[in-house]
Amino acid sequence: MTVNFDHKQSAHCESGVVSNLLRFHGMEFDEPMVFGIGSGLFFTYLPFVRVNGIPGVAYRIWPGQIFKRFSDRLGIKIERKKFSNPAKAMDELDRMLDKGQPVGMLTSVFFLDYLPAAYRFHFNAHNIIVFGKENGRYLVSDPVMEQTTDISYEDLARARFAKGMPEPSGRMYYPLRVPGDFSVENALWTGIKQTSDHMTRIPMPLVGTKGMKYLAGRMRKWPERIGDRKAILWLGNLIRMQEEIGTGGAGFRFIYAAFLDQAGHKLNNEKLIDLSKQLTKTGDKLRDFAYYAGRVCKNRKSDTKTFAELGDILEECSQQEQAIFNELYEVSRSK
Amino acid sequence: MKQEQVPQDQENLNEGKLAKLYYATDDKGNYVKVNSIGWEPETVAMQQAWDVVNDEVEIARKKVIEGKASPLLYWIKKNIMTTGMVAAYASTFGFLVRLHCKPSFFNRLSRKQLEKYAYTFRISVEELTDIERLKKNDR
Repeated sequence: MTVNFDHKQSAHCESGVVSNLLRFHGMEFDEPMVFGIGSGLFFTYLPFVRVNGIPGVAYRIWPGQIFKRFSDRLGIKIERKKFSNPAKAMDELDRMLDKGQPVGMLTSVFFLDYLPAAYRFHFNAHNIIVFGKENGRYLVSDPVMEQTTDISYEDLARARFAKGMPEPSGRMYYPLRVPGDFSVENALWTGIKQTSDHMTRIPMPLVGTKGMKYLAGRMRKWPERIGDRKAILWLGNLIRMQEEIGTGGAGFRFIYAAFLDQAGHKLNNEKLIDLSKQLTKTGDKLRDFAYYAGRVCKNRKSDTKTFAELGDILEECSQQEQAIFNELYEVSRSK
Repeated sequence: MKQEQVPQDQENLNEGKLAKLYYATDDKGNYVKVNSIGWEPETVAMQQAWDVVNDEVEIARKKVIEGKASPLLYWIKKNIMTTGMVAAYASTFGFLVRLHCKPSFFNRLSRKQLEKYAYTFRISVEELTDIERLKKNDR
């Protein structure tokens, strides 16, 4: 059972899945649009959440939120399901595929054998779409891949029922009803307002641009606090969170700048286009940061650029983004 | 990032399977989508993460050969898991998994329990208990 499914590659899995699913249902939204309206951009430094002893850092809102916010803002009704065991989950998937309904689902990257081995850590919040079944293999539209691909029953069942944090529990979702008419303008402004508000106005030191500044300050002390070896590991983790698969480069800054650009043209608002250009600049700066940090990691010594200098770059970014998102808040507040 | 600045570093870990999508600007400042086959800093960071994993696997392998740990420990490390995760997969308790990492406890395990662990790592019971094989392969 196969349906005609139009797959487009995207940078980030969740917004890519939403974009591809909605295209199937006749709503054309580009990936940056989904990411922007769903207020995907964020920053948090979570020193108390350790993964293998490395403090967590996120450049985005937590998984599932983008889809939720996006569908709320455009009035799309979503059906979500989770299951108690793999057999039930796979049966339900088959039933939906027989109806010709492509289904989005949460999976663990570890079991997706079409991805390069180097990416296959236990990351349990990867979104993919299954849109058909052929010769016992499921046809998969994985938004980060250029082409559609396929996967065996066994691997898919395992990927959907991976253990650890968070557990996908076979979660799957699809749009039940898409609205006939909706106001994109309102959704755009709400999305912008929420992102700029969260980046600048949450009174906690670990989130938003304040979080970047805090991390910059802490980072300067890493080598003496935890030793060179560990400091370099922590720095490497930072690069991975910022640049690895799914971020579109520089911790989602470029996707968001692309969104502001599109939104500016749609709303005829010069200010947004201007702010998009500014955000591109801080994105470039974050790329520089990753470049120098990569050099430090490669040489395994901190003589190429010191942690203090890296901290300076990050702090500069946080100041510039503070200004950008403040302005964005002012622009969107009255709308 | 300008369109022509999107990195295309040949040395990468993507095995030619993946060319990631980037958002970059053209000369007029408009955003376009560009594929990238790899970027060095990212490759370095990823390699570094794998080095840590591989080191742990190697340490576990040595321990197993010296008889200080059971093969279970090797397979946990090999699959980048934690004892808690293995417990969840094999529907048992974390402290039991930790106990079973000791040879004396591992050797007393029932066939049924071994099958559960083998299923977790997607191998056969024979592979799970085979220490000779671990001696041969260095990594």
